[in-house]
Amino acid sequence: METNLDVLLEKAKEGHRRSLSKLITRVEGGGKEARDVLRAIWNMTGSARIIGVTGPPGSGKSTLTDKLAKAFRSRGHKVGIIAVDPSSPFTGGAILGDRVRMSDLNLDEGTYIRSMGTRGQLGGLSAACTGAAKVLDACGFDTIILETVGVGQSEVAVVHAADAVIVVSVPGMGDDVQAIKAGILEIGDLFVVNKADRPGADKVLAELRFALELDPSGAKKDAPLLLTCAAQNEGVEELLEALEAQLSQMQSSGELENRRLDRLRQEIVDIIQEEIAHRVLQPILGGTDLTPELRGFLSRREDPYAWTEAMLDKIIKQ
Amino acid sequence: MEKKIRVLIAKPGLDGHDRGAKVVARALRDAGFEVIYTGLRQTPEQIVAAAIAEDVDAIGLSLLSGAHNYLFPRVVELLKAEGAGDILVVGGGVIPDDDIPGLKAAGIAAVFTPGTPTSETVKFLQENIK
Repeated sequence: METNLDVLLEKAKEGHRRSLSKLITRVEGGGKEARDVLRAIWNMTGSARIIGVTGPPGSGKSTLTDKLAKAFRSRGHKVGIIAVDPSSPFTGGAILGDRVRMSDLNLDEGTYIRSMGTRGQLGGLSAACTGAAKVLDACGFDTIILETVGVGQSEVAVVHAADAVIVVSVPGMGDDVQAIKAGILEIGDLFVVNKADRPGADKVLAELRFALELDPSGAKKDAPLLLTCAAQNEGVEELLEALEAQLSQMQSSGELENRRLDRLRQEIVDIIQEEIAHRVLQPILGGTDLTPELRGFLSRREDPYAWTEAMLDKIIKQ
Repeated sequence: MEKKIRVLIAKPGLDGHDRGAKVVARALRDAGFEVIYTGLRQTPEQIVAAAIAEDVDAIGLSLLSGAHNYLFPRVVELLKAEGAGDILVVGGGVIPDDDIPGLKAAGIAAVFTPGTPTSETVKFLQENIK
């Protein structure tokens, strides 16, 4: 197995797509196999910038990501795109359709697109995305765009993985209220109103500006606020420049380093949590049919709390 | 630790009828697969590049325009050239029964014509993907 990994790694760094792809699959799967890959590439990572793109479904994130990637490419960057779509909590399956908007980039040597499902574990999602980004980083992709669904907790996962986050809004979605929602504003470093050719775009922009000015810390007051029409490739160059300026400023103020330290802290927490599930949860719950115990709890003959504590003490003492 | 079956569903060539492809995509998702849907008007080169980048276990090609005898084997050929001949290729759409043996000889593992229950497609993929 060790040799296998070394071979994959060497080939991936030489530009062999399939090897790169296989490494990402290992990392996405989590556990020891993922960590073996991450340990092997650790020293080759750290130079890529990770940009998060999030927003509600239908806001044009994928189209915007496609155009942004092309703009980066025309400036000589190598771009990795990780596109995340929700997995069914019931079946575990997912339809990952973001690539549809990025057909042109398919055959470009300097772009790599990978689709991921949320797989129902939000902590795990962050780890999978960060891991995939590291593999891409180690293989020479200097700019990584992480595009996610904009429905609640996945957005938080994006923040953990990205250096800077672009929040995409769109006119006609009741955005007066959306804009004020603190969660969205807290996450974003740059704010974009896409599909700006639609009526109401200026209103959304104004609402966002108002909401950003209300931010108590004052940090968001000067956040870049832009209009784009991704489908027509309008506003994309301006967005890229605003993004580069933002990253540059974060670098010199030390903010970038702080975020990366936070990200590392979260990674450690995620690994520990994953291992706890594996080493503690599994032995307690896996394999045994708990129905007799559960019936005992239901009838109030037994107490679930004492039972659980006893099980934990037993496992942890081992 | 967690390994999902990943399938790419693509429509090669100039055919715009994607209802069937979407039905199959949905059925696979309901069976727990991750389905990378690449949409219409894909060239065989684009399909193979996407399949490799996404590390899929299988590719499902949908075609109703009649060009399957060229396009389906072309995908298989390109996969082999990229050292990815282990990716299973299946097809569906408007494909005359007479053409099926030729397609299979060219490396298409199975052809699912209109009327095939999606459960059959799911079962085939589950049984043939290691």
